[in-house]
Formats: sequence, structure tokens, C-alpha cells
Amino acid sequence: MGAQKKRAAAAAAAARVSEDPDDLARQPLQAILLADSFTTKFRPITLERPKVLLPLVNVPMINYTLAWLEAAGVAEVFVFCCAHSKQVIDYLENSEWFSQPNFTVKTIESHNIISAGDALRLIYEQNVIHGDFVLISGDTVSNMSLTQALQEHKERKKKDNNAVMTMIIKKSKPSPITRQSRLGTDELFMAIDPNTKQLLYYEDKADHSKGTICLDKMLLAENPSISLHNDKQDCYIDICSPEVLSLFTDNFDYQHLRRHFVKGLLLDDIMGYKIFTHEIHSSYAARIDNYRSYDIVSKDIIQRWTYPYVPDVKFCGNRATKLERRGMYRALEIEQSRSAQVGSFTVIGYGTKIGSNSKISDSVIGEGCTIGSNVLIEGSYIWDNVIIEDGCELRHVIVCDGVIMKAGAVLKPGVVLSFKVVIGERFVVPAYSKVSLLQQPTVHDSDEELEYADNSSGTVEFSCTADQSNGEMTSESSEAHKPKLGTGGVGYIWSICEGGQEEEWRHSVAPIPEDKLTELSEAMDDDQELVTQDRTALSTSGELISDSNASEGDDNEDSKDDSVYFEKEVEATFLRAVEENVKVDHVILEVNSLRLSYNMTSADCAGAVFYSMMKLAIKTPHSSAIGLLTLYPSPFSMVASNAYPIYLSGELQQNTANIITTWQKLLKSYLLEIDEEIEIILKFEEMCLESAKEFSPLFARILHILYDKDILQEDAILRWADEKEGADESDKVFVRQSEKFIQWLREASEEED
Amino acid sequence: MPDTQALVNDFLNKLKKRKIEGSQATARQTAELLRSVISQQRVPYTNQAGALIDAVKAIGEQLIAANPVELAVGNIVRRVLHIIREEDLSLTTAAIGGLNLSAVSDDENDDDRDGDSTLSAAAVAAAARSTLRPPSLQTLLEDTPVSAAVPQTSSSGGDSEGKTADKSSRSRKLKHDVIEAVNELIQDIVTCHEQIAEQAVEHIHQNEVILTLGSSRTVLEFLFAAKEKKRSFRVFVAEGAPRYQGHLLAKELVARGLQTTLITDSAVFAMISRVNMVIVGAHAVMANGGVIAPVGMNLVALAAQKHAVPFVVLAGSHKLCPLYPHNPEVLLNELRSPSELLDFGEFSDCMDFGSGSGSPLLHVVNPAFDYVPPKLVSLFITDAGGHNPSYMYRLIADYYSADDLVVQRRATAGN
Repeated sequence: MGAQKKRAAAAAAAARVSEDPDDLARQPLQAILLADSFTTKFRPITLERPKVLLPLVNVPMINYTLAWLEAAGVAEVFVFCCAHSKQVIDYLENSEWFSQPNFTVKTIESHNIISAGDALRLIYEQNVIHGDFVLISGDTVSNMSLTQALQEHKERKKKDNNAVMTMIIKKSKPSPITRQSRLGTDELFMAIDPNTKQLLYYEDKADHSKGTICLDKMLLAENPSISLHNDKQDCYIDICSPEVLSLFTDNFDYQHLRRHFVKGLLLDDIMGYKIFTHEIHSSYAARIDNYRSYDIVSKDIIQRWTYPYVPDVKFCGNRATKLERRGMYRALEIEQSRSAQVGSFTVIGYGTKIGSNSKISDSVIGEGCTIGSNVLIEGSYIWDNVIIEDGCELRHVIVCDGVIMKAGAVLKPGVVLSFKVVIGERFVVPAYSKVSLLQQPTVHDSDEELEYADNSSGTVEFSCTADQSNGEMTSESSEAHKPKLGTGGVGYIWSICEGGQEEEWRHSVAPIPEDKLTELSEAMDDDQELVTQDRTALSTSGELISDSNASEGDDNEDSKDDSVYFEKEVEATFLRAVEENVKVDHVILEVNSLRLSYNMTSADCAGAVFYSMMKLAIKTPHSSAIGLLTLYPSPFSMVASNAYPIYLSGELQQNTANIITTWQKLLKSYLLEIDEEIEIILKFEEMCLESAKEFSPLFARILHILYDKDILQEDAILRWADEKEGADESDKVFVRQSEKFIQWLREASEEED
Repeated sequence: MPDTQALVNDFLNKLKKRKIEGSQATARQTAELLRSVISQQRVPYTNQAGALIDAVKAIGEQLIAANPVELAVGNIVRRVLHIIREEDLSLTTAAIGGLNLSAVSDDENDDDRDGDSTLSAAAVAAAARSTLRPPSLQTLLEDTPVSAAVPQTSSSGGDSEGKTADKSSRSRKLKHDVIEAVNELIQDIVTCHEQIAEQAVEHIHQNEVILTLGSSRTVLEFLFAAKEKKRSFRVFVAEGAPRYQGHLLAKELVARGLQTTLITDSAVFAMISRVNMVIVGAHAVMANGGVIAPVGMNLVALAAQKHAVPFVVLAGSHKLCPLYPHNPEVLLNELRSPSELLDFGEFSDCMDFGSGSGSPLLHVVNPAFDYVPPKLVSLFITDAGGHNPSYMYRLIADYYSADDLVVQRRATAGN
């Protein structure tokens, strides 16, 4: 707190010094760059090199982020290094970033940090952030201009001190089939106030199997309009006020920036901190989160969406590269055989040699690679100094520095070869496998624990797969590893454990295979059918209409959903009780527990219990009706459909009376006040209109029975009748029917008076 | 030195990150940078010009490499090199003239061509230039690289007494002269709009219809100068997709009271028959008379040719590039971000590489420049007057020394 005060005083002093105190823009903008993603999605590559130094179109990723920060007017950047911090610091020291005139880069190093939250807490302790800052991770590519977003943030901050963060978002439609964004991340749902752009809801782990998302009802009560989006991409660029750091310190359980911090702020209504969004339209921003986004962002860079951060602009001391026709980028000193075919959207690095009849398309080739003849490279990322001998085939793979592929080796889609792996002659590496010189860590060390990402279902599964891999590992280490990768091969094929093979295609560099797509779209069609049958779920699970009315409707349906489930549960409980002759007290107990778990009122319970009783009453005559119908010839059955309620009405009435007498104690236990009794009448009315039309002719009589059994008091019935007085004609059907009864009640009460 | 290095780095950064827009601004800043480089450069006693040339070349090479598409940088570097050579030569000739009065330059008739762009030591420089340009017997025979010009003169100087004092004054004089000349160059760049605009009345006549594309400050000043001189005419502005700078031009023209019609680029052909003259700006003018201009210009030029409408290109002399274009559509082009054409979000589903073959089906190409071949250009108007495209090589010979055309390659070979 003392530090904060000091800071405020310093800021005030600074404001006084500057001529107009309003102009805080003069304060140099700071940024925190997290040079560690705290995930393990890029394993095994990240075991040997930090993610931010992995080349993205032949330039280490962190350069894109730093170049953007510099261009966006950030004056001071704190690079937070954790895993492989030495490599990052060495790299930065040898780069030009430390010698920029108006741009200082400082590194903060720590080894025992396992999450972004810890990192921010550490930075807070160091007390280096003095004003608004940009929070970004070192794997983000962008070319947006910060001025407007920053301006908006500052103005909001001036008006409302609780507006602590502005989140940059961008429109990007998710695939309706895979429920993924194009960057391979899960579909993201955001509720945003369309006027103030305040973020109200953030969910990136929506359960698609259910086809529903839940919004807090209070959101709708507090905000006149909400737009719900599923076509926004989170750019992971945040403009934060200094309070954000202290918030992280106060809430020591915040680990993940989105899953804990953002959601925590959104749920926490005591402090009232607000997060706002800023949507960018023409500029580009994306974060590399997994292999798929690595592929997609590379292609976006090659297609120049990130201009001026493209290979032929020397934005960070990269090699001179020339752009030729059809999006071919070629550095200098390339030796290329005349018969080699280099296709469009290809980048070829300095000093690479390409042999005859080789075909390369949609790929990035690093510096100093040697590619033999008759090699096929398609949609692949080949880093520096790779040797690919004659006749190899590579489709949609990542090949790290120093890999040697012996003649005729084949890499199936989705393969990742880590540093210096050697693939033996004519060896076929199966799809989606990851090969490294290092063995797969069998004991999941502290690093692995940061995989707080997908632990929703994982725990049990995880341990068993880990066991399996353990077994495999031991057997593998006893064998020579050579046969694993063919003759002369060096390296281990990792067994897939995280998420399992099932999910591997989702985040791989390889495009999603056809059969997966058709499988998914079929599954989706099935879902759709279910949904239309059910009618309680969302109409179309994919498109959430971003209209305020629509979303309100969704929410209503949502709560309705709950009550329907509740009713069904109560009915099931009741039927079981009837069948098994459970004591009434026990049934009351069971229904009460249901009521608590669904958060229902006792009126709801009364309604549900009554509903189940009536259902039971129908059941018995129903079966005999079918019996009757089959007895009579077909012409009669047509008449019967109209006639049988009358025909059976006596029996039905009898049944109902029986059931009510047996279970009146259960029903009465929920009829604490007159309101609940009215609820029962209304429920009954609703049933007669919709689900159990058999009762409609018997309405008045059953009402009478209920009165006789002391379930309904006359006050309730009279109040109901009064309420209905002003209703439509159609609503009055049952009031009319029971007019005599009501008349009689009225007279009786008058007599009493 | 360190602070020039910082200046150079700063400018290099700006060039690399494409932070400077417009060739005039680039040219001016380049000239200013080179001026400070020259003024900071220590000059040895012998071969001062050589030292200056080397310094400028070393920096020039970096500058050119930083943004090879912005030709103005290279142009200015070459201009400055040329200035150094000329000043040196003029001093040398003066010295020779002082020592040996018989060595007067052979013909003095052609100085008036350069008369208006005279440098500080006007008469001597003119004399020196005349010895330099129509290759005199002396230069042909000796065939010296120009950096060797100074040692040659010192050897021809004969007696060494009293020479040191002369030299120190000369070295100071050379640097001083060069800086003076570079100042004039900067002045030229700054005032090129006015100098071009002065000629407006000669080209724009009463009740004419002028067509232009995109926005160019030169064109704006040119049109406005004609308006000032009470010419009444109308302007058609093609909007210049995808940056739509034509909109801005139209706004400014209207603000200055010119009758303006804004059309789309695709309507140019429909409108060209009503146009009396097309006046456009350029990004660069190549040695063959070809023009690198904002995208869409080739279309306008072709339309103008079809209807025999004069196609006039306005270009300050800093845009004059001594290089011949090779594959200019690609090599001298800049492909900008596709986001200027379409909104990424709307089309994000077209660019989902995650399904299908993995290669994108939608390519968006956004070139910044067009190349207009010389045969489509009717007239160039530079600050030195109007010229035919075929005359460009001559203008270039005025401004650049033949030794500097390959500045990059020699410097690279040296390194």
C-alpha cells in the first residue's frame, strides 16, 4: 500500500510538472512480455529451446512481439523469462533490441515460477510498473496501432476507476464443425455490452456436448442489452492499469490470465472491477498457442496480413529476402536446381540448397538447409541446417534445427521432429508422432503441473496413460532405440499422452483430415436432430444470435430447462414411491433434497408433485383405453379419439380421487400458503390445456375433490377466480366450467358471514 | 561520430519499418542525414574527396538496403556522391588553373544548361563540370576512378613547398562547399513543388478537364497554381483504391475552390473521352522514362493512350532514378497488407487452413505500385522543366555521376 501511495504521489508530481495535468499520455508506456507460455503444448521442442525463440517464418517469435511493441510506442519492456531463461537472455543480449534508442528492454529472470499469475506477482514485488502497461506474451504477432485502444482505456479509467483492463479482440469465425477457431483454440463465447464494450462473460471451455451455455441471470437484470459472440478471437493483448498487478497479489490463487483472472474479475461483484474490450478490424493480432496456430499464423505472415512484419521487410535484423511472383520469398545465396519446382507461398532461407526434381509448396525452409533431389515438401516448416536426402516426403510437418532425414524417409502429416533427430533410411514416421532426442519425461515434473489447461476430465485417464508410457519407456530403453526410427535413426518417438490420440488432430500442423470432418459433421447432424426433438435446448447450437432479445430468450429457456428437469425428477421419484410403496415421509425428504439441488421454491415443488400425481392418474385409464381401442373396429377408433375422454371420464375421476386421497399428505406438506395452492390450480389448468387434455372436462369435478380433501382452501379458489376475471376469453374456459362450484363457494362464505 | 551513428541507426530503423511515407520526406531526411554525416566526417590531408565518398557510400549502402523499394534514398545518396565529386573536381581545376593558367577548360558554352542549379563556386564548378561531362581527352586517356582524382592532382602539383597550408584550407573548403551544395539540394527538394507548380499555366488551359488518380502533393500544388493564375478548369479525381487518397485530394481541391468530380478507378475509361489532359504524380521515374506510380496508374495511362489524351507526369528531381528497371512490377513493388482490401474477420472462414488441403484458397494481393512504360508517358514535368521520356537519360547524366550508379555493388564487393 505504501508503495502504491508513493507511486500515486510520484504520478501526481509528474502530472504537475507536465504542463497540462490531463495529458498522461506523455508518461512512457510500459509493457510486460511473458517469455514463457507456461504450457507444454510445444513439447518436445520446448524441452530444448524456449517457445519464444522458435522461428516463425525464419524469425524467432519474440522478435515479432518486440518489433510490434516498439512500433506501437512502448518505451520500456520487461521480458519475463522462466523456462530456458538463459537462452532467452543470451539471445536478447546479442540482438539489436538492447541497443534501440527509444526502446529499453529489461529482463526479469526467475526459475520457480509456474504460471503467469506468479510471474505478475513477482513483477509487482519488483515495483517497476508505474502506469498503464501492455500485457502480452512473447508469442504474439500483431500490427495493430495501440493509440486508439490506449486512449479509450485512459478515458474509461478517468471516468471509472474500476475499469482496470482493456482486452483486444478480433473477429474470427470459428468452424461450425470442429468448434474451434482457425487458430486451433476452442470456441470462445463472450458476452459484451454493445454500448460500453464491457466484457460480461468469458467462456472458452464451453461444453459442446450439451449444446448450451449458462449465463448468470443477474447479467440480464443489470444490463439492458448484451451481445453474445462466438466469432471473436481473443488476441491476448491486454492494456492493464497498475491495479491489475496488485489484484494478482491479493488473489494468490490466480494463475491463468484468462481462466482465473478474467473469470475471477467477472464473477467478483464486491470489488466491482470491470474489463472492457477493444475490437480491431483492419489490423492483425494472433497468439501462437499450439501447432495449428503456428501453421496458421505462419501462413498469415506469408500472405502479408502482418505487414510490415513480413519476411521481406527487415524489421528485426533478419536476412534480406526478396518477394517474387506468387508469394515466393527467397533469401540470397540459394542454390536451386533448374528442375526443382518451388511453388507459391514458400519461404526459402539464406544459403539453402535444393536438388533436382524436388517439389516444395506452401512451406517455410530455414537457413543452410540441404534438400536432395526428388524430395516432396508440402505445407511443412523446416528450420535451420536440416539435411533431407533424396526421395524423402514431408507433408505438413515441423522439422527442427539439425535434423537429418536419410534417403527415402517419409513423414506423415502432423509429425514433429525435434532438434537433431536422425530418421533412418526409408523409415515411415506415423502421423502425429513427436520425435525427440530426449526421452519423454515419465515422471511429470513441476513443469507438467502447469498444465492446468485441460484438467477437466483428465486426472484419472492421465495417470493410466502415464503408466502405460512408463511401461513402454522401460521396454524401449532396454531395446536399442535404433530400430524405432529405422537404420541409423537417432531419437525417441514419444507416446501421446496428453489428451490422447483422439484430440491430436485438433492442434496439429496438419489440416484436419477429411474423415474426421465428415465424422464430426455427422455427429453434429445427430445432435441437431436431438435438439429439435428436445426443443428445450438452443434452437441451433452453433449460431448464438447476438441480439439482446435473443440472448434473453436463451436465458429464459435456460431456466425453463431447469424446471423441466426438476419436474421430471420429481415425477420419477413419485412413481418409484408408488411402485415400491415408500413411506410418504421419505418421499417428502427426497423431494426436498431435489428442491434444494435445483434451487426451486416450495410452490414449484407443489406444482411438480401435483403434476406427477395427475400423470399417474391418467396412466391407469390410458392403458385400458388402448385396450378398448384395439377391441373396436377401426371406424370407431376415429370417433373414439374424440370420445374416449368422456367415455372414460368416470374412471379417470375415480382414479384421481384415489390418488389424491393416498398422497394428500405429500401434497399438503408443500402447501404452506395460499400462493402455493393457487400455483396448483394454475398448474392444473396448464395441464388440462397442454399435456393432459383428458382432464379438461373433469376440471370442475377434480377441483371439487381437491376442495373436499382440504388440499385447496376456498380462499385460494376464489382468489384464482378473481385473478382470472380480467383474462382473455380463452383463458376463462375453466373458470366457466367451475362457475357453479365457485358460485357455491361464494355463497357459502357469505352465509358464514 | 557516435551521434551520427545514432542518427543513422534511427533513420535506418524508420526506413526498415516503413515509418516514413512519401518520397519527398524520405529524400529530404536522407539528404539531411548525409549532410550531418559529411560534417562529422574527419577528412585526411590527402584524398579528402575519397574519404567523404567512402563515408557516404558506406552509409548509403545501408540506407538503400533498408528499404530497396524506396528509390529516393538511393537517388539522394548518388546525388550527394555526385556533388562531392564535382566540388572536388572544381577545386582541383581551380588549383590547376592557379598553378597552370594554360590549362583552361576547352569549352565553356554548355554551362548555361546548369546555370540555375549553380553551386557556390559557380564559374569554377561549371568549368570543372564541362571538363568532366563530355568526356575530354584527358579523362579518357587517364581513365582514373574518380576517388583517385586527388592523388593524381597532387602528383601533378609538382612543387611541394607551401602546399600544406594550401591543402588544409582546401580540405576545409571542400567540406564547406559540399555541405553548401547539399544544403542547396535540400532546398531544391523542399521547393520542388513550387518550382513544378510555376509551370502550371503553360500546361493547363482555360476550360480544360484534368484527370488525376490518387493523391499527390505535387499535383495538388500544380493544379492550385493554375487556379491562382485565374485559369478556370475542372478536375476529375479517380479515388485510388485501396487507399482512397483521391478522396483526400478531392477534399483539398474543393477547399481551394476548384470544380472537382470524384470517380471510381474503374470509371476512368468511361470518363477519359471528356478529359483534355491527365496529370499524375509518381513514386519514381526510371532512367528509361518508365514510371513507378501508385497502383492503377497503368490503367489510366492505357486509357489515355487509347483516346490520345496527353499523359503528364509530375516528378521532383529527387524522384529521378538512374537505374534501368528490371522486372519492375515485382522487384520495385511493395506488397502491402491485404487488410486494406478486406476485413479479416469477415473472411476468416475463407482462410481456415485447418481443413481441406491446408493451402489457402483465397489469396489477397495488394501491390502498392504500378509500372507505366515510357511509351505511355507524353511528358515529364520536373523542377527543371518539361521533358520527353526519351530525354530522361540526359537529365540523369546531369544529376548523377556514372561511377555511382553501381554504388551498392561496389560497396558490397569492398566489404
